[in-house]
Amino acid sequence: MPAETRLPAETQPPGETRPPSETRPPDQTPPKGRDEAADQVAGLDVLELAPPADRDRTLGQYAARIWASAWPKALAIALALAAWQLVVLSGWRPEFILPPPSDVAAELRDIVRSGDFYGAVLITMRRAVVGFLLAVAIGTLVGIAVARFRPLRAAIGSLITGLQTMPSIIWFPLAILLFQLSESAILFVVVLGAAPSVANGLISGIDYVPPLWLRVGDVLGMRGPARYRHLILPAALPSFVSGLKQGWAFSWRSLMAGELLVIVPGTLSIGARLQAARDLTEAPLLMAYIVVVLVIGILIDVLFNAADTALRRRWGLLSG
Amino acid sequence: MTVTDRQRGDAPSGLHIDAVSKVYGRGRGALLALDDVSLSVRPGEFVCLLGASGCGKSTLLSLVAGLDAVTRGSVDTGGGRVSLMFQEPALFPWLTVAGNVEIALRMRGVDRAERRRRATDLLETVRLDGFGAKRPHELSGGMRQRVALARSLAQESDLLLMDEPFGALDAMTRDILHDEVERIWRERDLTVLFVTHNVREAVRLGDRVILLSSRPGRVIEDYPVHLDRPRRIDAPEVAELAGKITERLRAEVSRHAR
Repeated sequence: MPAETRLPAETQPPGETRPPSETRPPDQTPPKGRDEAADQVAGLDVLELAPPADRDRTLGQYAARIWASAWPKALAIALALAAWQLVVLSGWRPEFILPPPSDVAAELRDIVRSGDFYGAVLITMRRAVVGFLLAVAIGTLVGIAVARFRPLRAAIGSLITGLQTMPSIIWFPLAILLFQLSESAILFVVVLGAAPSVANGLISGIDYVPPLWLRVGDVLGMRGPARYRHLILPAALPSFVSGLKQGWAFSWRSLMAGELLVIVPGTLSIGARLQAARDLTEAPLLMAYIVVVLVIGILIDVLFNAADTALRRRWGLLSG
Repeated sequence: MTVTDRQRGDAPSGLHIDAVSKVYGRGRGALLALDDVSLSVRPGEFVCLLGASGCGKSTLLSLVAGLDAVTRGSVDTGGGRVSLMFQEPALFPWLTVAGNVEIALRMRGVDRAERRRRATDLLETVRLDGFGAKRPHELSGGMRQRVALARSLAQESDLLLMDEPFGALDAMTRDILHDEVERIWRERDLTVLFVTHNVREAVRLGDRVILLSSRPGRVIEDYPVHLDRPRRIDAPEVAELAGKITERLRAEVSRHAR
């Protein structure tokens, strides 16, 4: 803070506020002195607080912000489409196998207008959400248990990380043996893919709770479950959220692999439709569904990022 | 509120530290942090504990707060509650300012409506009325430390320990917070053990200034401060006593050069 902002307080003659020799009865402070003290504190607070940020943005400023984040994305998409078009034009593969972007766009328009498409998205998203929630529940319980009990950590701490790095497709043969071609087989693999990330996020969040906060918890008398509820879990939240985000990515990947391998009769999921498009050599349809998968992935990521940003803003880890 | 509670209940006994030693580790690597430290704080007294680095000030506070166990000797707080304030405010970022005060009340089983009422009162006491809904990061360092003080007051402890609470603040803020702590100490009839390495701060605030030696920590002097309150940190009488104490402290520090 620049020195001149403190001048008003410092130029005040010391004798006027509190003469050093003045003696007062121990439990009686004149009201005038109190007001001055209150003013000093209030004045210092005002000076120390940063001037309020300009929150009322004009419509033009909003547009400028949106444009600033939008044009690089638009440019990247345009470049990717151009490269794709060039490959098609080069004649590397026949057009019925590698269609140009315009064909895929037309196909995409058609499927988005059909009711079947929404049925497929619904089936797939229901599997994703159920699997993910189950993984969150299991991962959270395992995470707390491992963070809390030392022998358990020694026993399965590194196993969790091992599971996390395992390609989920490895589990499908076992899942099919155990559950046949069923929803359970897919769910099994989705949960196995996501739960270790969720558990690991929570464990590292708990490990990195600042020791000073733990001491504050001790001083405030936080023990047992109250310590977890009011201190350790909220403190671990940022790391937990990034574990959730990673867990979602793993469960989405596992689900896509699962839907290609485990076609449950009567469920025309996104994966089942992709596989069908390949069987019928309908390249535009196949690529349209790939775009759908990509877009869903991006949308969910946006949601997670919004949650993460809101959290960091509350904690003051973000400026603006 | 606190005063009447106390008057109704048992008389507070203050703090008695008797021949306390603290050793960290064992065998050859063992470190003697505190050696035969004895001191008392009477109810309502403001005692400053002063020492250079390595005098075990913070260790002593941890022992008194019950966060650590003594190796020898005894710490007697008369069974009263003890609260501890740190150099960092250490507020919880997931709670609002009022929430940070309320959490101390919640841990004592105070119900919700009463928590809200008392937190509002306490924020008023530290002159932060109107800031309850803010987040800690929206406040300045001095304001956060006042929230931490309000949180400590919410514990309604019989003994308030302060571990260099203003060490990280600029001089102007510290000066004003000295006035504030003195005012609150008086209004609420607190018993305070205040650790600092700032000699003038100790003389500005303390009824007594206790000087600790370094490595191991021992009580080497106990200066009564017979100066009228409120004192100013730049008053000549404060400077005079601070000068005397600083001399003694320098002698103690240079002892370690040999």
